[in-house]
Amino acid sequence: MAKYMEKGVVLSQKKLCGGIYDLVLQTEHIAAESRPGQFVSLYSSDEAHLLPRPISLCGIDREKCTIRLVYRVVGYGTKEFSGLEPGDRVKLVGPLGNGFTLSDKKALVVGGGIGIPPMLETAKALAFSGMKREDIQIVLGYRDICFLKEEFEQYGTVTVATEDGSTGTKGNVLDAIGAYKLQGDVIYSCGPAPMLRALKAYAKEQGMECYLSLEERMACGIGACLGCVCKSKDVDHHSYVNNKRVCADGPVFHAEEVEL
Amino acid sequence: MNTSVNLCGVELKNPVLECSGTFGSGMEYSEFVDLNRLGGVVTKGVASVPWPGNPVPRIAETPSGMLNAIGLQNPGIDVFCSRDIPFLKQFDTKIIVNVCGKSAEEYIQVVDRLAEEPVDLLEINISCPNVKEGGIAFGQDPKSAEAITRAVKDHAKQPVIMKLSPNVTDITAMAKAAEAGGADMISLINTITGMKIDVNRKTFALANKTGGLSGPCIRPVAVRMVYQAAHAVNIPVIGMGGITCSEDALEFILAGASAVAVGTANFSNPRATLDVIEGIEEYMRRCGVKDIHELIGAVK
Repeated sequence: MAKYMEKGVVLSQKKLCGGIYDLVLQTEHIAAESRPGQFVSLYSSDEAHLLPRPISLCGIDREKCTIRLVYRVVGYGTKEFSGLEPGDRVKLVGPLGNGFTLSDKKALVVGGGIGIPPMLETAKALAFSGMKREDIQIVLGYRDICFLKEEFEQYGTVTVATEDGSTGTKGNVLDAIGAYKLQGDVIYSCGPAPMLRALKAYAKEQGMECYLSLEERMACGIGACLGCVCKSKDVDHHSYVNNKRVCADGPVFHAEEVEL
Repeated sequence: MNTSVNLCGVELKNPVLECSGTFGSGMEYSEFVDLNRLGGVVTKGVASVPWPGNPVPRIAETPSGMLNAIGLQNPGIDVFCSRDIPFLKQFDTKIIVNVCGKSAEEYIQVVDRLAEEPVDLLEINISCPNVKEGGIAFGQDPKSAEAITRAVKDHAKQPVIMKLSPNVTDITAMAKAAEAGGADMISLINTITGMKIDVNRKTFALANKTGGLSGPCIRPVAVRMVYQAAHAVNIPVIGMGGITCSEDALEFILAGASAVAVGTANFSNPRATLDVIEGIEEYMRRCGVKDIHELIGAVK
C-alpha cells in the first residue's frame, strides 16, 4: 500500500469537549488509500519537535479526499494541532499501519477513551458493508463526557460505560458488556492497554475472535526504526525475534497474536 | 560539478549517506526516497544472530532531539544476507553494512560472513550506548578500540569504518586508536547517552532508563568532534550528528568530513537525505564550487 507525504489543508476544526478536538483535513492522495484502523503521522511546524505524532483515522471520505482526526491534547504537538484553523496546512504522512480486516460476522465494536475515534470509521464500514444494525453492537467507554456517541448510533446499537457513572453503566466497557449480556462473534477494539488486556481475556473465555488496535511511542512511523514493538506469539517477519512493529505490522493485531 | 568522493577505493556519487539505525535497510524509506540518489545506504546494525532489543518504551522526544534505546534489535546475519542485501543490490548505490557484536568473535563472524557478499564497506559499531556488553565496551577505551579494529581488519574483505562514540573524554585518542588498529576510515558521532524522566508517572521515559540522544541538539558537539578527529588522523572521516539540511551537512564537510550521514532527520522528514543532496548541489552552484573536495576540511 502506497504511503504519501503531503501538506494537508485544514477544512474545519472544532472542540468536542475538554481537550478533545475534531479536525478535518483535505488530502491529495491519503484519504483515497485509507481504511479503518489505519493512522497518519502529523508533523509539528516547530522544528524543535522532531517526531511525527501518530493519530488514528476517525473518518475517511474517499470521494472528497478528506480525513477526520479526533484526538486528545496530550502534549506539545497535539496542542499545536488544536490551534490549526481552516486554510492552515499541516505536514502529514499516511496512510500508515494495517487497519482492521472486517468480516460480516456479528460484531462487538469496542472503543475506550481516545481509542474511540478509530472505531467510528470501523463501525461505518461494517454498516456500509450491508450488515444488519442489530449485528453491530457498539460499546464505548468514557471517563465522563461522551463524544461521538450520536454518530455511532447511525451505524449500530450503542452501549455506553462511564467511569463516573454519569451516562450508561458505571465502570468500564467490560462492565457494560456484562450488564447488557452483549453478544457477538468478533471484537474490533481500540483503547487503553488494561481495556485491551481485559477484552483479550474475555474473548478467549467466550471463544470469540478478537482484534486489538495498539498504541506505542513511535519515531519513524513506517517500520524502519524498530522503536514501537510489541511482544508477539509468532516470530515477526522483520527481525525474527517475536517483536512485531506496532506502526507497520499493526496497529491492529489478532488478540492471540500479541502479549499485552 | 563533481560531488563524488572516493572512500578508500569506493566511489560514492555524492557524499551523503544516512545513519545506521534510522533507515532500516532502506526498504521502508524507498517509498519516499529514490535510493539510487544516495551516495550509499548504511544498514541498521546486524549481529551474528537475531537480537530482540530492549523493552518498550524505546523512544522519547527531547528538545530538538530524541532519545532512543532500541537495543540493536536485528534479524541476524543470515536473514540479512538473504533479504536485505539482494534488496539493496537493485539500486545503484553503495552498500555499507553496520556490524554489531558482544565479543570480538561475534563481530568477526559477521565480517567473515560478509566477505563474499556484494557489500562495499563495513561500519563497525563500537559505540551503541544501549546494549550492556559489546558495542560501547569497545568504544570507550583506546586499547580495546585498537584491538577490536585490528581483529576485524584481519578478517575483513571490505574497507572498514570504525564508528566512534562521543561518550569519551578525548575523541582524538579514540580516533588515533582506530587508525592504529588499521581502520580505513572512522565515522562519528554515535548518540550521546542521556536520560529523561516522566514527572507525571515518576519514572524513566525509556524502559532502558538511559538512551542515546540524537537530533539537531547534538550537532555542535558532533561538528566539534569531527573537526578534532579529522585533524588527529590521516584516514577519511564520515561526519554525522543532527544533520537535517544541506547547511548542516556542509558544516561537517568544512570541518573535515569526506562524507556525511543523515540520521534522526529521516524521522522528521522522510525525504531529508534528498534535500541534503540537492541543497549541497545548489550551494556548490551558488558559490562556484566545482569539486566537493574544495570544501572538505576547508575550515582549518
